[in-house]
Amino acid sequence: MKVLLVDDEEELVTALAERLSFRGIDADWSTSGSHALELAEAQAYDVAVLDVKMPNISGIELKKRLEKTRPDMKYIFLTGHGSEEDFWAGSAEASQYLVKPLDIEMLIETMRQVVQK
Amino acid sequence: MNTTKPDDPQRVSGLRPQFWGQRNGSLSSEKHSLNLRRLWKTTVLIMTVVSLAPLVVMTAVDYTVTQNSVESELVLRTSRIVSNTKRAVEFSLLERLAALDFIVQDNRLQMLTDCARLEAILDHLRLSLGGFVDLGVIDSSGQQLCYVGPYDLSGVDYSDQDWFRSVRDQGMHISDVFPGFRRVPHLVIAARHELPGGDFYVLRTSLEAEFFNTLLSDLELSGNGDAFIVNSEGTLQTSSRMHGGVLDTIDLGVPEYSDSTRVYETRTRDGRAILIGYAYIPETPFVLMIVKQKAVLMGPWRATRRQLIGFLALSISAIMVVILAVTTYLVNKIHWADLRRMATLHQVEYTNKMISLGRLGAGVAHEINNPLAIINEKTGLLKDLFTYTDRYTDDPKLMGIVNSILASVKRCSEVTRRLLNFARNTDGETTPVDLAATVTEVLGFMGKEAEYRSIQVEVDIDQNLPTLETNCGRLQQILLNLINNAFAAVDNGGHIRISVRPSTADSITIQVEDNGCGMTEHELTRIFEPFYTTRRSRGGTGLGLSITYSLAQELGGSIDVESEPGKGTQFRVTLPLVKERKRGSVDEGTAG
Repeated sequence: MKVLLVDDEEELVTALAERLSFRGIDADWSTSGSHALELAEAQAYDVAVLDVKMPNISGIELKKRLEKTRPDMKYIFLTGHGSEEDFWAGSAEASQYLVKPLDIEMLIETMRQVVQK
Repeated sequence: MNTTKPDDPQRVSGLRPQFWGQRNGSLSSEKHSLNLRRLWKTTVLIMTVVSLAPLVVMTAVDYTVTQNSVESELVLRTSRIVSNTKRAVEFSLLERLAALDFIVQDNRLQMLTDCARLEAILDHLRLSLGGFVDLGVIDSSGQQLCYVGPYDLSGVDYSDQDWFRSVRDQGMHISDVFPGFRRVPHLVIAARHELPGGDFYVLRTSLEAEFFNTLLSDLELSGNGDAFIVNSEGTLQTSSRMHGGVLDTIDLGVPEYSDSTRVYETRTRDGRAILIGYAYIPETPFVLMIVKQKAVLMGPWRATRRQLIGFLALSISAIMVVILAVTTYLVNKIHWADLRRMATLHQVEYTNKMISLGRLGAGVAHEINNPLAIINEKTGLLKDLFTYTDRYTDDPKLMGIVNSILASVKRCSEVTRRLLNFARNTDGETTPVDLAATVTEVLGFMGKEAEYRSIQVEVDIDQNLPTLETNCGRLQQILLNLINNAFAAVDNGGHIRISVRPSTADSITIQVEDNGCGMTEHELTRIFEPFYTTRRSRGGTGLGLSITYSLAQELGGSIDVESEPGKGTQFRVTLPLVKERKRGSVDEGTAG
C-alpha cells in the first residue's frame, strides 16, 4: 500500500511517515499542496491523507486537484480544529475524517478499510 | 412534601398579588425599571379620583338642590296656608263689624234703645252670622243705654275703659280676648255712630273666642302643624294643640311686625327644629301663627336621602372593586411580562456567552491540537524506534516513560475533543441523542469533584428507552445545570441519583435526585425566577435554574421539582421524544 501524507507541519508528517514505514507501509510526505501534486504526478498512491487546513492550498482544494490526476485514489482528511464547516465538508468529501492527535493503529486500520472499498 | 410547578405563574399567596413582594434583592434594580407597587398605587389613585370625584360631586349637588327645593316648597306651602287663613280670620271679623255698621245705618238710636228691638236684632245676628253673645248701646258718656244678653249689665258705666276711649277716638274697636266680668274668654267689637249735632253713640257686641277656634280647627296642616292666634303680648287668643290653652302665654315669643306673610325657621326650647309662618291681621291686635315640626315635614326627604346615600355607597363599592381587580390583574400581567422579558433577555445573553465560549474553546483546542499531534507522533516514533529495533525493548523504565507521555497526550486530546464538541453543540440542531452517552459525558466534567468529595453518583438509565431526538447541546446544559445544583446541595459523602425512564408513549423523564439540604416551600415557589438564588454568598448567580427552565421549554418539555428541607430535592425534566419544530427561542421572545 502506497500512502501520500500531506500536512503543513513537517515535524508531524515526517514522524508519521517514519512510523508507517516501521509498520511496512510505504509513505511519501509533503508539506505543501504544490509539492504533493508533483509527487502524485510522478507516481500513483492508494491513499492520500490530507490535512484540511493548510496555507495556500487547503486539503479540500488539494483533493479536487489530485482527483484530476489520480481518479482512483482514496482520501482521508485530518483536522486539528473540528469546526462545524470542516466536519461537514470533510465527511462529505472524504472517505474518512480523523481528528488530531491520531492513534497510529486506528489510522492504519482506516486506510485499510478505505482501500478495500 | 412541597411541590411546585413553574407553569403556574399567577399563584398568589392569599389576596396579596405576587408583584407586591418583589424586592430589589430578587431582581436587580437597574434591569427591573418598573416599581410595580408604586405603579399599582398610582393607577388605583388616579382611577379612583377620576371615577369617584364626578360621582361624589354630582351626588352632593343633587343632594343640596333636592334639599333646598324640598325646604323652599315647605316654606311656600306654609306661607300660602298662613295667608289664606289670615284672610279668612280677617274676613270674619270685618263681616261682624260690617253687620254692626249695617244695624246702625238701618236703625235710629231711638229704635236701638228699645231693648225688645235690640233683642230681636241679636237673635238675627246669632242666626245669620253666629258667635254673638250680647249687644249693647252706649251713649257718648259711656253709659250703657240698653243691653241684651245673658248677663245683667244694664246701666254699666264704660267711660273709663280702654276699649271705650279707643272706639271714641278711632271710630271702631276690636279687643283682645279677655275673660272679662264673665270669666268666659271673649272679645269685644264696638263701632261708633255719629249723631246730628256732634254727639255719638256706640254699638258694642261681645263674641265668643270659640268662633276663632272653629275658623282654625278646620285647617288641615301637615307636619303636626299647630295653628293659633296670639295678641301682641304673646297671649293665646285661641286654644292651641301644643303651646297652651286660651289666655296662656306662648313660649315661642311674638314674631316681629310685618305687613306681609312671613315664614321663618327656629328651634323650640328643647331643641326641635320648627317652621313658623305668621301674619299680622290688620286693624286688630291679632297675629295668626302656624307652627310645624320640621322633622316630621322632612320625613319623605330623609327617605330620599337614604336612597341617595345608599346608591352612592353602593356605586363607590362597585367602582372600587372593579378598579382594584382590574389594576391588580393588569399590574400582575406587567409583572409576569417583565419577568419573562428578563428571562428571555438572559437566555439570549447566556446563549451568546455559550457561543463565544464555544468559539474560544474551539480556537484553544485547535492551537493545542497541532502541537499535541506532533508530541503524539514524535513519542509514537520514539516508541516505534524502541520497539522495532529491539534495542530498548527490555528497558521497562524507558517504555514506562514513553507510555506515560502517550497517556497524557490522550488525556489532553480528550479535553480538546470535549471543547470541540461543546462548540459544535451550541447551535440549535436536532439530532438523535444517546442519553446514556450524554449523561456519562456530562458526569465526566464532574468526575474529579465527585472523587474529591466522595459523592456517590448513581446512574440508572432504562435499557429499552425509545430514541430521543432533541438538541444535544441544550440537553447537556440542562443536565449540567441540574447535576451542578445537586453537587452544590449535597454534603461531602452525599448521594446523587440520575435516572431516565419513559414517562408517556412519546416522552421521557430525566430525574436528578439528591439527598442534600432541600428547599422550603417559599424557596420552591421562586427558584425558577431569574436572579433568585439561595447561594448568593457562595457565588450563585440565580440564573442556572431559570435558564434550565427556558431550555426545557425550548426543547418542548417541562420541568418540575419536589423538595423537603433536610431530606433532599428531586428535579424532573420531561422531554418529548421528538422536539416540536415550532417551539423555539423566537416564541419565547413574545413576552418581551
